[in-house]
Amino acid sequence: MIPPFVVDNSPALMVIVPFVAAFIAPFAGRAAPAVRALVVGGAMAITSAITLILASDVYAHGTRLYVFGAQAATLAVPPDSGGIPVRIMFTVDPMSALMLVITAISAFAVVLYSLTSERHHSGLGSYYTLFLLMVTGILGMVSTGDIFNFFVFLEILSIASAGLIAFRIDGGVAVEAAIKYFVLSTIGALAILFAIGIYYGEYNALNMALIAQRIQFTLLDQLALVLIIAALAMKCGAVPMHFWTPDAYSMAPSSITALLVVASQASLYGLFRTVFSLYNITLNAACVGWLIIILGVLSMVVGVTMAIPQKNVKRLMAYHAISQTGYMLLGVGVGLAVLGNQPLLDAFGYMAMEGGIFHIINHAMYKGLLFLTAGAIFFRIGTYDLNRMGGLGHSMKWTMVFFIIGALAIAGIPPFNGFASKLMIYESVFAFNPVLSVIAMVVSILTLASFVKVFHSIFMGPVLPEYRDVREVPGPMLAGMGILALVVIVFGLFPSVVVETLVAPAAHALADQGMYIAAVIGGGA
Amino acid sequence: MDLLLTLDTGAGFWNPVFWVLGAAVAGVIALLLYSLGEKGYKKGTAQEAPFLSGNPEPEKGLVHVRSGNLYWGFLDAMEGYYRRLVPLHTGDLHDYVLWYMGMTALFLVVVVVFR
Repeated sequence: MIPPFVVDNSPALMVIVPFVAAFIAPFAGRAAPAVRALVVGGAMAITSAITLILASDVYAHGTRLYVFGAQAATLAVPPDSGGIPVRIMFTVDPMSALMLVITAISAFAVVLYSLTSERHHSGLGSYYTLFLLMVTGILGMVSTGDIFNFFVFLEILSIASAGLIAFRIDGGVAVEAAIKYFVLSTIGALAILFAIGIYYGEYNALNMALIAQRIQFTLLDQLALVLIIAALAMKCGAVPMHFWTPDAYSMAPSSITALLVVASQASLYGLFRTVFSLYNITLNAACVGWLIIILGVLSMVVGVTMAIPQKNVKRLMAYHAISQTGYMLLGVGVGLAVLGNQPLLDAFGYMAMEGGIFHIINHAMYKGLLFLTAGAIFFRIGTYDLNRMGGLGHSMKWTMVFFIIGALAIAGIPPFNGFASKLMIYESVFAFNPVLSVIAMVVSILTLASFVKVFHSIFMGPVLPEYRDVREVPGPMLAGMGILALVVIVFGLFPSVVVETLVAPAAHALADQGMYIAAVIGGGA
Repeated sequence: MDLLLTLDTGAGFWNPVFWVLGAAVAGVIALLLYSLGEKGYKKGTAQEAPFLSGNPEPEKGLVHVRSGNLYWGFLDAMEGYYRRLVPLHTGDLHDYVLWYMGMTALFLVVVVVFR
């Protein structure tokens, strides 16, 4: 039913479609806003469809290799190259496929929402150009098998994100947030570029599988590892390098904030890809694992405790995003700490990794949903200040329902998806170190307390006189939130299906460096 | 795949379908108890008015407890923690960069020492 051309070239098409559409959108807008909406919505729908086709193909048939400019798309190592994969290639294994699924669902929901939420703003040509470039950057980052190419997509993502954080200007405050994000991103990208230079100088390679095959963990490799870990940990908002996150998340339009969550997770993916696929057991797994665990615990605790006193709903949610990233770092960090010790890996390591990775997809859905509900409230009452809100449950019932779903999911309340991934993390981490598990549970309780406050502040109480005329948001915005809410519920009700189908293959692909190398050096899976 | 869709969590298991069924049963029981309640209650009468010791009831819009008043006790009890944590969030880009650089240096020391 799906043309073979689409399936065969899906890795290239999924970045080409949004990339080309990004530059068509401003011209389409000159014809009519409806034409631009058609171009952007259509491009995003096609991109999401292609991305899901690729992901399902990977889950069905194993790692997909796509070599740009080669005679055959799977010809990784040309006969006359001396055994070196010289071309840019995409290596899409189940871990990449999971990230593709997250991006496809989130970006489609966000574009559906944006077409209505942003319609009264000026500068929409630039908005959609940058939005589609963000999507291109994320999809490229999580698919590429070339480390320099990873840097390029990271830069596309960072530049587009900075532009969108500043989009509302907001008396210059949004621009300040964007500058902070941009400066830190640029410094981080420079560090990554320096690390890439080290790899290229040492191993004469930019292909990640080839570097992984040759890596010796010399002093220079250790420096490169640190540069990449620090930069990507900062980019994903790990404490104590998280300071940009509440600034940027709170000032960006809410639809963009939902996508920034996915962007941060693409950085998290890069971090995990580096330590597992590039270095694996050549590094001191216990040491680096504990480093990531400590970052995770700090992120969980500082994130949630900083969230509680916040008065701006988006800053509050941003601190919770930091806190939830901590769970992912904790789960995958535990898996890394026992990497190389097969009995421990089998006993709880894989489960911890699966919990952490499951939490990535869950978090993208419920946190995206929560940011969209915050945007819906701003759309109607024009403020993010919790002290000025109240009684909106009377007039915005659907938004309230979506908020409740997101809030219960993030707090780890059954039967929503956050509970399943957190339970996997609690139990597996308990086997590794009970104290860490207890901390994770306490953080969940504080998260619930925080969202009870938010729920009460926004939706409960009598109708306030100033909001007497407030109505529910338009249908397309509800549809965007509805898609994410549906995923939250379905993933919560059928977690075993999600874990067996999407998460466990991703965790095993991440841990199995040999498989990753063989997929490329062996000429494709 | 398990037909009952039970998620193995390592040391335990989790089955949301059973949980939802259990919650539905609990809901039915709660409804039954509710139906046994006071039948003479009249909606829209003085029975609905809160007892305020004879004080006049304020406008409904004035009695909403705003966000700033919530968890005052928690924040007050944790004042020492917040006094140290909040000032670290200066909002100054120079500090952000210093934290990042500092952590990079710390990571380098840890990774090289424990190689």
